[in-house]
Amino acid sequence: MTSPLRVGVRRPDGPEPDIELWLHVPSRLDLVGEAVDLLTAQTERERRTALSARQLRFHFRTALAEALANAMTYGNRLDPEKDVEVRIHVGLRHVRVEVTDAGDGFDPHALADPTAPENVEREQGRGLFVIRHLADEVTFNAKGNRLCLVFRAH
Amino acid sequence: MAFTVTTDKSGVVVVAVDGQLIVGNRQDLKQKVLDALEKGGRKFVIDFTRTGYIDSSGLGVLVSLSKKIRELGGDLRLAGLNEDLQTLFELTKLDTLFSITRTPAEALAAF
Repeated sequence: MTSPLRVGVRRPDGPEPDIELWLHVPSRLDLVGEAVDLLTAQTERERRTALSARQLRFHFRTALAEALANAMTYGNRLDPEKDVEVRIHVGLRHVRVEVTDAGDGFDPHALADPTAPENVEREQGRGLFVIRHLADEVTFNAKGNRLCLVFRAH
Repeated sequence: MAFTVTTDKSGVVVVAVDGQLIVGNRQDLKQKVLDALEKGGRKFVIDFTRTGYIDSSGLGVLVSLSKKIRELGGDLRLAGLNEDLQTLFELTKLDTLFSITRTPAEALAAF
């Protein structure tokens, strides 16, 4: 089966503009790995100086996989007809990632602490916690269906 | 192939994870371990020496397998985590739940 994934790239003119990448991913969990690989490789190719190899390999990749899986599962209810949209702005000193689903949003403050003793043996509930520790900045839009992650060059 | 299952001469089942353990392939790992349990395996080492990254659903599968194996009187050990993956286990406090060794050989020797 050929992959439905194609990364779009816009490279505006000017001395220091952000390069923009985008990718629409159908809500299929088997596509998460490939989408993360494509976007990580393209981000690295566009601007090697923005993030360190470790930030890209670990922080960026893991957080992006979490964000995609959450958007597909909770936002789009795993409906393969619904896409998750990823937009990545690659600057010289930072990378900003926006992950948008077609769902009704949720309250990110209403989640339990997965490291509390009563929760540590639970199978689920670690995704957003992991994201918050890996990205330098994590915000949601008011509706709660768009997650914005910022990774800064250290 | 993402997961390679071998059984050493003392019956310890070693599962090597090649690449990533994430939402898209975690069920394959789960099934491989459940199959080995079905065949009577009780001692398990999951070898992450060649693993790039693990997401939270991958962690979740390890938690559920660990519970299942313990219920059956077995033991699950993790080995070969790189610095990043070790950080992930510490962050989520899962380093307190699992027995983690530096190399698969150390995990095998500890049984």
